[in-house]
Amino acid sequence: MLKQTVAITAMNLRSIPQRVGTSWVIVIGIAVTVAVLVSVLAMVAGFSKTLANTGRPDRAIVLRGGSNAELNSTISRENTVTIMDAPGVKKDADAKPIASAEMVAVVALPQRRTGTAANVTVRGVGTKSPLLRPEIRIVAGRMFQPAVRELIVGRSALTQFAGVDIGSHITFRSTDWTVVGEFESNGDAHESELMGDIETVLSAFRRNLFQSVTVLLESPDAFAHYKDVLTTDPTLTVDVKREPEYYAEQSKQLSKLLNFLAFGVGGIMAVGAIFGALNTMYSAVSARALEIATLRAIGFGAAPVVVSVFVEALLLSLLGGLVGALAAWLMFNGNTVNTLGANFTQVVFHLTVTPHLLLSGIVWACVIGALGGLFPAIRAARQPVATALRAA
Amino acid sequence: MSAIVSLRNVVKTYTRGKQTVEVLHNLSLEIAQGDFVALMGPSGSGKTTLLNLIGGLDRPTSGEVSVAGERIDSLSSGQLAKWRARNVGFVFQFYNLMPMLTAERNVELPLLLTNLSGAQRRQNVQAALTVVGLADRAKHKPAELSGGQAQRVAIARALVADPTLLVCDEPTGDLDRATADDILHLLQMLNRDHGKTIVMVTHDPKAAEFASHQLHLDKGQLVEGDVKAAA
Repeated sequence: MLKQTVAITAMNLRSIPQRVGTSWVIVIGIAVTVAVLVSVLAMVAGFSKTLANTGRPDRAIVLRGGSNAELNSTISRENTVTIMDAPGVKKDADAKPIASAEMVAVVALPQRRTGTAANVTVRGVGTKSPLLRPEIRIVAGRMFQPAVRELIVGRSALTQFAGVDIGSHITFRSTDWTVVGEFESNGDAHESELMGDIETVLSAFRRNLFQSVTVLLESPDAFAHYKDVLTTDPTLTVDVKREPEYYAEQSKQLSKLLNFLAFGVGGIMAVGAIFGALNTMYSAVSARALEIATLRAIGFGAAPVVVSVFVEALLLSLLGGLVGALAAWLMFNGNTVNTLGANFTQVVFHLTVTPHLLLSGIVWACVIGALGGLFPAIRAARQPVATALRAA
Repeated sequence: MSAIVSLRNVVKTYTRGKQTVEVLHNLSLEIAQGDFVALMGPSGSGKTTLLNLIGGLDRPTSGEVSVAGERIDSLSSGQLAKWRARNVGFVFQFYNLMPMLTAERNVELPLLLTNLSGAQRRQNVQAALTVVGLADRAKHKPAELSGGQAQRVAIARALVADPTLLVCDEPTGDLDRATADDILHLLQMLNRDHGKTIVMVTHDPKAAEFASHQLHLDKGQLVEGDVKAAA
């Protein structure tokens, strides 16, 4: 059986150059499907990774009760004091809580690639922010100064938006701001933001309410008690979340959408590719009806014929899968894109074509090939030999 | 001489749409071992159907078909395939060679169904190509061969596994007279010198003269007794 299968499969494969056009239908159809699938899933992976990198388990973010994002939260100045002074918040050398009451504002900046305006977060942060977020490192220029209209720009924001280079001036709310430094933050969501002094930002936006308070806890274990204290305090109506939990929730909606897009669009394309494969393999079987009938007349069994047609479809699909996965990797891996995050601002992230995604793409290709090859293979084997010889 | 092919009361019908067409009507026939029989008759007389039954490519609707002492009318498709591999060599009108394989690879095909080693297979292929006079064309592909040469390769393929029976369907139908005569001389030599039993369907009375016996079919029945060939 194996010897027969190998012999017939080798013959089939050797005849591919004679029907190269139809064989390309399978390879290209599947390559495009896999490339689309892998690239959209790479977006999901990159977006999730960016937001998953944001936050530490020993940091908590406090929002107004019922708010699911900073933008629709408000916290009064008095309440920020209660939140920061609650037990469990780590203190600095001066016994002050390591915490930052913050506001986020949305400003429109032109994108470098297209020139069209997109929303960017300007985050006002407190004086303890460097202690709270030690991962933020100034890599060029300097830190902004309190009470001065100065901003620092995240590396991802700098690559995506025009007019935010160090020394540039940005105008919003009729106030002029100078970009004085560039920061890195381990590739997390903050790298898509601009940051400035909270009091100066509040004043520019003529606000007196904060939107969130982020605190550094004494340890990750201190979270439960800290949350209990705040949520049972009758003067407060707040939600308390660990930072990673908060950012994971922020990415959930978009991840869902992207997953739907990947598997929805990918699924439709896969159906198309299955029909392409079916068509190709049916015509391949039809073109070789005489050869198949002759082999069966000689004594080759039906099973090796089925397996050989199936194997051919699988090999062509595998080739398509490899081409598609490689194309997705070459074209998209590490590409920087931005998309609307939870605050209606742009989150910049890198497409990440992981080995797991490549493997998934190749598995999809093989499934498409298997479905596309199965029925033609069965037809090839079921054709009565005498009829096939006479028809040919 | 004992009968190698024996058909008893064979009926073969085909269904075309709602119509059932009886192609062979209660046909009985015996072919002796070592015989060379030409099956003749007009188109639609049932020659190829009869040949397919003898060669195990098809099964009768009713009746018995025995070849080399084995009832083949009730074998399954898989069993028939194995039986054909052991017992029958086929020669087709249009040679039916695999275009992507060289002559020797084409001839080797039936041996892939045996347990012979690669070296033994090569030896047998060489011997078969030598018998048909094409040892020097072993590495050529079908497109590089003339019609007569391609048919010789097909005959070598039919011979190589040393089958009991050679079944030839219009083996000279695609060839000019001189080449056809060469092929028929070759078949005659295989019958005479190698003891191969040959059943050949042909339209051509000149081709039929190369056979030891002629059988005439008309409307699914043998219309006359054995006719001793003149050749």
